[in-house]
Amino acid sequence: MLEFITRLFSRNGGSKDIAKERLRLVLVHDRTSISPQLLETLKNEMIQVISKYMEIDESALEVNLDSSGNTVALVANIPVKGMKRAAGA
Amino acid sequence: MGEVIVVTSGKGGVGKTTTTANIGAGLASLGKKVVLVDADIGLRNLDVVLGLENRIVYDIVDVTSGNCRLRQALIKDKRLEGLHLLPAAQTKDKTAVSPDQMRTLCAELKKDFDHIIIDCPAGIEQGFRNAIAGADKAIVVTTPEVSAVRDADRIIGLLEAAELRNPTLIVNRIRPKMVRQGDMMSIDDIIDILAVDLIGIIPEDEMIVITTNRGEPVVLDLNSRSGQAYRNINRRILGEDVPLMSLEEDGFFKRFRKIIGLS
Repeated sequence: MLEFITRLFSRNGGSKDIAKERLRLVLVHDRTSISPQLLETLKNEMIQVISKYMEIDESALEVNLDSSGNTVALVANIPVKGMKRAAGA
Repeated sequence: MGEVIVVTSGKGGVGKTTTTANIGAGLASLGKKVVLVDADIGLRNLDVVLGLENRIVYDIVDVTSGNCRLRQALIKDKRLEGLHLLPAAQTKDKTAVSPDQMRTLCAELKKDFDHIIIDCPAGIEQGFRNAIAGADKAIVVTTPEVSAVRDADRIIGLLEAAELRNPTLIVNRIRPKMVRQGDMMSIDDIIDILAVDLIGIIPEDEMIVITTNRGEPVVLDLNSRSGQAYRNINRRILGEDVPLMSLEEDGFFKRFRKIIGLS
């Protein structure tokens, strides 16, 4: 009975969803053997390259590994503030 | 010609030794000729779980270094016809045996036994490399915890890199009530993450503690849930198609439905 009541009042999911999500993220890194440091280096080099062509918001730039099913993707969210004049030349 | 199965996990304390003991005792009780090899050199434990600690004369290092013949080191269980143990050395370390020596040992044991079950040490270093060297198949043991599943994932990767493809999974110490409450990862959650085939599930059971205290494998206890779970696993190892045991206890709704006559 107690089990039923606790289930009724915790509709927003138990702690296992947190466990699963944390595990999912940590395994993406484990499986690709990409360390957070390596990702940081990659991010800095991407900023250098993209900055040649566009003005970007470096503080809001996000680079992450994400997994869906059995595939892993490098997902980058790079806010563009403006184009550089020389870019098209 | 026998088959060599290594029981491994990465993380310690998830039930490798208990699983090895119960697969071995269970297969022997089904009339098979079985030898259990304790590859956890320096941290010998399979002997105490099986209740054979007082009968050790020689160990695995004595065999591989030529101090004794293989026959002399094998301990024959007096309760179960067909069950044998090759104990680990307690005073040596993991480098006392090499992968080549393990391969030779396994090839030798395959001539005389139907099943050779190897209890792998925790970790991914030399001890692990030795334990898997002569194996034909691998069983990975995990529990429904983040750390154990993470380590299982790492071990599965290392097994596949060592050409031990398609390891099967045992999920140990499941607490059905917590799973129903959403506070423990379910079998489906774990399979979803690890993407391997399941060979069995074992519910958390106090009888494991009690039988281990006595040195008698729980698989021989016909009334326990965990014993039943191990018996199912053993039949699957022998190729039978056995459905997974139900983790449903008679909860509130089921009892209620019974009372009003719906089931």
